[in-house]
Amino acid sequence: MPPSAQPMQTTLGSPQASSIAFFLLIVLVTLAITYWAAKRTKSAKEFYAAGRSVSAVQNGLALAGDYMSAASFLGIAGMVALKGYDGMIYATGWLVGWPALMFLIAEPLRNLGKFTFADVVAFRLRQTPVRIASAVGGILTVLFYTIAQMVGSGALIKLMFGIKYEYAEILVGCIMLAYVLFGGMVATTWVQIIKAVLLLLGVSLLTVLVLGKFDFSPGNLYAAVAGQYGQAALEPGGLVTSPLDAISLGLALMFGLLGLPHILMRFYTVPDAKAARKSVLYATGLIGYFYIIIPIVGFGAAALVGRKMITSIDKGGNMAAPLVAELLGGTPFLGFIAAVAFATILAVVAGLTLAGSSAYSHDIYVSIIKKGKATEEEQMKTAKVATVIFGLAAVILGISFKGQNVAFMVGLAFSIAASANFPALLMSVLWKRFTTPGAVASILTGAFLSIGMIVLSPTVWVDVFHNATPIVGLKNPCIVSMSCAFAIGIIVSLLTPEPRAQEMFEDEKLRTYLGVGAE
Amino acid sequence: MANATHQLKQASTGPEKSAHEVINSHEFKRLVAKRWTVSTALLAALFVTYYGFILLIANAKPAMSQKIGEVTTLAIPVGIAVIVIAFVLTAIYVAWANASYDPEVERLKGQLKK
Repeated sequence: MPPSAQPMQTTLGSPQASSIAFFLLIVLVTLAITYWAAKRTKSAKEFYAAGRSVSAVQNGLALAGDYMSAASFLGIAGMVALKGYDGMIYATGWLVGWPALMFLIAEPLRNLGKFTFADVVAFRLRQTPVRIASAVGGILTVLFYTIAQMVGSGALIKLMFGIKYEYAEILVGCIMLAYVLFGGMVATTWVQIIKAVLLLLGVSLLTVLVLGKFDFSPGNLYAAVAGQYGQAALEPGGLVTSPLDAISLGLALMFGLLGLPHILMRFYTVPDAKAARKSVLYATGLIGYFYIIIPIVGFGAAALVGRKMITSIDKGGNMAAPLVAELLGGTPFLGFIAAVAFATILAVVAGLTLAGSSAYSHDIYVSIIKKGKATEEEQMKTAKVATVIFGLAAVILGISFKGQNVAFMVGLAFSIAASANFPALLMSVLWKRFTTPGAVASILTGAFLSIGMIVLSPTVWVDVFHNATPIVGLKNPCIVSMSCAFAIGIIVSLLTPEPRAQEMFEDEKLRTYLGVGAE
Repeated sequence: MANATHQLKQASTGPEKSAHEVINSHEFKRLVAKRWTVSTALLAALFVTYYGFILLIANAKPAMSQKIGEVTTLAIPVGIAVIVIAFVLTAIYVAWANASYDPEVERLKGQLKK
């Protein structure tokens, strides 16, 4: 007879000595690294690209760290716990962008860029308009993603540590700013690596503990879930009702990754295209493993903790993983998992802030205002000012968007990334006749069409604004907005030939494919 | 014999070419075409895997819900397989690039005038 859910007591929501101890330990270690990194962070190249000295393995871990957010760790475990198999469908979608990133842009990106993806788009086009448009696309993506992360993190920290939501936001903002401001990309990369290792270890241990309760047989685990919640928990349910919606979300998840500024900028931290390629393989392996074991934790939480208990703590199910950790490993393990989730939040927000700051200071300030002639000192000063502004914006947005659905907000950020940033990036690498007006039109179409359609979609128009019927039926606009971004980019480019850009395509090719002249 | 020695010498030092010559060379064009053929084929495989999975879930629910064990549904191993296949496709690309792309890149770079 497999075990089933028993009523349990939880210490979640009140500060525990073990949680705080683990948390302090992680913060102290990461701040010590920041102190060490600060001494190595003198130039813009060190601040944004860690001096291009990160190894493929390190970058693979850091990429995985950037991607495995607390929202995906806690959110997917919660979805599987409450909705069963549908949570697994969601988990699959989060991985499939990585192979696409590898096949399409990882190597060209490394060979063509310097600090941001705008370097690639603007490579042979007119700098000012393209950089402004790219910065708009990049900053919007980062802002939406940050809102999702901050809202999620505030709620999670409140639930786990019992700290007030607003204080939690400020705490995340301050620690994260310390990493980025003083340690730049070196510190941010190491924070990601540490967090990725801790997260993978924590979730692996949790998986082993869950399976241990079922004689290490997933079949027994599924039987316990089916016994309590019916066979439906193991069947595809309501998530994919409309194939069009599902494909649209799938496109957003797959190609959104190829437009996430904080992921793309990691490719500049490795020495060459070969290392970039290898780091994607490592990241794909680590993230794939993570998404394979996360559903086991979710099913385990449903079977052992019970859906009723999970929803009594948090309606969205976000506490499924911490609760099952407490049940199986006691308060110390809960403390460890809570601290890891906290570290995850800090690390992801730090990465986002660095990406947002580079979009402003590298693309707007250095490339446009200073026409590429800023001194090292000026560059660093602007970078740090931009970092502080982004950090403050993150905290303020986090507080003002309190109470929104977390996983969904990330989906929206992906849709903007896939529609605004990815088409321009791909066309600039592949298409000789791509032009400046084409790039600008494509980016702006993608960005504003996705935002507009999201506002008019059931997600916002009905759920947030409480209108009776949505104006746009699609929950995720990507299939329309990404197609339009490509179409507009092609049409406008064909209407506005740019001979100089075509001539420069040769130089670009030499660099794209052979890495000649790459930094 | 003299001809063979001459060719050998050319292969080891290589005739130096300008960037323009390299870009317009048959080898470079073939390398670029091959790179995108491999990428497109792998991307197509990824599309078939992932969107095939989504369409199966949406349109063939009864088939995906059939039990393959005591309670385990077919959908569970299929979902895990999608993740595994995605990783394998990535690994295939890396294996191809290491074995075939990189050596050719090095060779072409060697031909470039310094």
